[in-house]
Amino acid sequence: MSASPKDLGAFRIKDAGRHTPAKTARFTFDGKTYTAMEGDTVASALLAHGVHLVGRSFKYHRPRGILSAGPEEPNALLDVSRDAGRRQPNVRATVQEVFDGVRIASQNRWPSLKHDVGAFNDLLSPFFAAGFYYKTFMWPKEAWHKLYEPFIRRAAGLGEAPKEEDPDHYTSRYAHGDVLIAGAGVAGLTAALSAAATGVSVFLVDEQPEVGGALHFDAGTTIDGQNGYEWAQAAAARLKAMPNVTVLTRTTVFGYYNHGFLGLVERVTDHLARPGRDLPRERLWQVRAKRVVLATGSIERHMVFANNDRPGIMLASAARTFLNHHGVAVGRQVGVYTAHDSAYEAAFDLKRAGVSIAAIVDCRSHPGDAVLAEARALGIDVLTGHSVTNTSGRLRVSSMTVARNGASNARKIAVDALIVSAGWTPSVHLFSQSRGKLRFDEANQRFLPDIYAQDCISVGACNGTDDLSDLIDEAIAAGSGALALTGENRFEWTGGMIGAAEGAGPDKVVKAFVDFQHDVTAKDIRLAVREGMHSIEHIKRFTTNGMASDQGKLSNMHGLAIAAEMLGRPIPKVGLTTFRAPYTPVTYGTLVGHSRGDLFDPARKTPMHTLEAAEGAEFEDVGNWKRAWYFPKRGEDMHAAVNRECRTVRDVAGVFDASTLGKIEVVGPDAAQFLNLLYTNAWDTLKPGKCRYGIMTREDGFVYDDGVVGRLAEDRFHVTTTTGGAPRVLHHMEDYLQTEFPHLKVWLTSTTEQWAVIAVQGPKAREIIQPFVEGLDISNEAFPHMSVAECTVMGVPSRLFRMSFTGELGFEVNVPADYGPAVWKAIWERAESMGACLYGTETMHVLRAEKGYIIVGQDTDGTVTPDDAALGWAVSKKKTDYVGIRGLKRPDLVRDGRKQLVGLLTKSPDVVLEEGGQIVADPNQPKPMTMLGHVTSAYWSENCGRSIALALVAGGRSLVGKTLYVPLKDQTIEVEVTDMVFFDKEGGRIHG
Amino acid sequence: MLLIHCPYCEEDRSELEFRWAGEAHIARPENIAAITDEEFAEYFFLRNNEKGLTYERWRHIHGCGRFFNAARDTVSDRFLMTYKAGLPKQPIPTAEETAAIAEEKTVETWEATEGDAR
Repeated sequence: MSASPKDLGAFRIKDAGRHTPAKTARFTFDGKTYTAMEGDTVASALLAHGVHLVGRSFKYHRPRGILSAGPEEPNALLDVSRDAGRRQPNVRATVQEVFDGVRIASQNRWPSLKHDVGAFNDLLSPFFAAGFYYKTFMWPKEAWHKLYEPFIRRAAGLGEAPKEEDPDHYTSRYAHGDVLIAGAGVAGLTAALSAAATGVSVFLVDEQPEVGGALHFDAGTTIDGQNGYEWAQAAAARLKAMPNVTVLTRTTVFGYYNHGFLGLVERVTDHLARPGRDLPRERLWQVRAKRVVLATGSIERHMVFANNDRPGIMLASAARTFLNHHGVAVGRQVGVYTAHDSAYEAAFDLKRAGVSIAAIVDCRSHPGDAVLAEARALGIDVLTGHSVTNTSGRLRVSSMTVARNGASNARKIAVDALIVSAGWTPSVHLFSQSRGKLRFDEANQRFLPDIYAQDCISVGACNGTDDLSDLIDEAIAAGSGALALTGENRFEWTGGMIGAAEGAGPDKVVKAFVDFQHDVTAKDIRLAVREGMHSIEHIKRFTTNGMASDQGKLSNMHGLAIAAEMLGRPIPKVGLTTFRAPYTPVTYGTLVGHSRGDLFDPARKTPMHTLEAAEGAEFEDVGNWKRAWYFPKRGEDMHAAVNRECRTVRDVAGVFDASTLGKIEVVGPDAAQFLNLLYTNAWDTLKPGKCRYGIMTREDGFVYDDGVVGRLAEDRFHVTTTTGGAPRVLHHMEDYLQTEFPHLKVWLTSTTEQWAVIAVQGPKAREIIQPFVEGLDISNEAFPHMSVAECTVMGVPSRLFRMSFTGELGFEVNVPADYGPAVWKAIWERAESMGACLYGTETMHVLRAEKGYIIVGQDTDGTVTPDDAALGWAVSKKKTDYVGIRGLKRPDLVRDGRKQLVGLLTKSPDVVLEEGGQIVADPNQPKPMTMLGHVTSAYWSENCGRSIALALVAGGRSLVGKTLYVPLKDQTIEVEVTDMVFFDKEGGRIHG
Repeated sequence: MLLIHCPYCEEDRSELEFRWAGEAHIARPENIAAITDEEFAEYFFLRNNEKGLTYERWRHIHGCGRFFNAARDTVSDRFLMTYKAGLPKQPIPTAEETAAIAEEKTVETWEATEGDAR
């Protein structure tokens, strides 16, 4: 695409900038189409067309422009979209590169950027002072929910979150390196060249599209006899060609964590018009570096004075970047307000490019001699010892008001842009994140790295090293010490100030902005101190200074200085707020990476999952497992399906997938002794070929897990755990085995996923599996209840258990997981032909409740002893030690009146209780009532023809036969306390 | 993310592979069934939760699976040393001593010794 110079914007300066004229891109801003040059940021492209007004401020809706040319930008936050699904709010115009077709929109304005109703807030600003939230919305109390909160929620936040799912993908990778260098300006590049020469692995990382850092704007620097920016590009090319160096541009080191661990985000496609479909949008790098070199530079501060936020007012270095890098003049009649020499160089560059400089207003009486002489030579008017006390211009600055310091008479000077500099703040963010301690450099009013907490070194501007030769020496030393390089600057810079300038007050003017993004003024900070906030952390939170997405890169030092002045304390005594990751905002996409959708949390499926789905199973989540819940037939709802399944299991038989049960193989000569110590029961008395229900308690005596354990041989046990408890039970066992009982010869292996478990339960269970079982007599006499044996089933080596969680004759067929589907298919085919059913976890729950079998975690809650759960019979009285033996003797665990598990029958058999329902003795007592306990399990029992429930009730077993009450919101349910067995109380069926 | 030295693997591995396992050097009383309520409370419920140097247990759960002991400064979050389970509480060593400790014999479980041979 080609465009005439005119299309590229009226503020393009011929022959200035580094972009290729033939390469252009078209984009829209608030619906209007503009042409940009490839390499432009949204900010430089808009400024080329004279567009300064790009947004409205957060609180007062004041017109705002572009303040900086880098990642520190607090003002120019825009909505950037590629298409409907790819839209991102709050993108910094100074960072986003223009690509062909990108759509840009301003934010926080209605109906339009130029006419914004919200600007009414600016008139109301006396009511919106710092802390107004805490004071304004106090009364009337009722108004909070109806009026205040909805109002605040509507007004809060900047930009609009995308509504569609993010169609892009994100990726991540890990890397290890000898040296990671953050920042590829002069210091970073020099350190990289020096380090790489020794052959160590080097990562050189910079957030900008090209290396160079400050060389983007600082046209007066010469390195190795070469123009600084050109030297930088050549150095990067040399580094890229080295096999031991990785150069990452468009990549931000956003976090510096423990032990040289750093988080980086690489923006892969956000600058491309037509990115390849297989490219990730962003890539998260997690780098472990042996050594870190911080070469993060410094950030220019703005001046704090009245109405310092109008569009057209920007940092002097930003104006230089727009001119020297992008070839764009920020105005035709530019004013300068500064406390630092660097702004003079911006004026010189603009002047040489043909821009008129209205005046340099310097609040200092004695600027550097060299810059003063150069200004004179260029014919620029310099007003030393003067301040800008106000500005005018509704949507763009049109004049600055200038007065001699301390004098009352002022004059207005017409400008269409005002560039400012209060000096430079070293970027110590990453250093601080690494837990390094800062010191205050009194002479230059800045914080600098002092005590390092990690193997890390700061070089260059972020270390307060201003002189170029010193900086180069420092960077070479940080690398390997080996490199010869010289550099020189045209001017030495001096000066700088923090805090409010003359024109900011004291307090007569409301709006001298410190924090642009959160609309915090110098007055707000003074107010916070007057209202009693004396800690900088409190001042920060009360005023929200530095709490916006720019994290106070421009505002923190000013805010601190104003607070220190008010408090009458030196700055180091007031202290700095903590720097935290991320350095700049990071998308959720980057952090989440591939962990979305199915990959967010892995689903565990049993070997028979697909077969069950084919039979119409509904599944429920149990931990990460997908378990078959019930198997509805055509026209059945859950209730009907579960009733049919419950009936069929007891009348004929049912087939159930029990594969998710935790399984641990406990092997070794001391296996029985180990289980004796871990369970309350005795295991040395269990004979091989038998199994036993076991209870595991913690040392405190509370039930931790339960399950059936089969002894396969003298030295081999097949332990089952609850589905959710498997990992923690293994952890618990390993803990004791490794640290308390290391003398025991035992080893533990998790076998949960090695076995597919097919439970066949019901009167016809034996008849169903009989033909498949080989080499084992499974008659009632030879293989009674609670037997276990190794045999083959359909030729597959199996472990067959005779056990039951239904109270019926039951078997559990364990086959290696891969054989599960084939064996399941065969068993189910035969079972179906005999009138049996498939059943799921819901029916399993009902059937076990009919028999009063507990579920650990549902009928117990971590405060229930075996005796409370009516399982006292499973606690050995003979053993002299097991985990829990002492805890169970604690006074509170043996006292009368503990909550005990009992059965409840509602007086109306059709009423099913709510699980969690509270139980009281007297429903008419005044509230709050004395609660005796709660319902733990409640079901409709088709087999009993009525509802059943289990409950924990204080002194429950002594209340059998008594009437209690479950008060609910709209009714009170009358219940009778019973024992826990509702079906087949004699227990004959299990031995059938 | 911390790097933690597993004294069994003898490697620095990422924090992700480990799980914290409470204060170290609290031995389960040999005669636990006979101890008083106060002694039981001291053993099971009460922890020092000290600021600064802390001895604690970690498990290389996504690695070798072994429990071990660590001395960590809870203020700087720095691991001062790690050592095998079963060793007595170690004084914070100098660099030379750290190397020597790794050589020391320790209580081994059957799994780690004969278990391998089987």
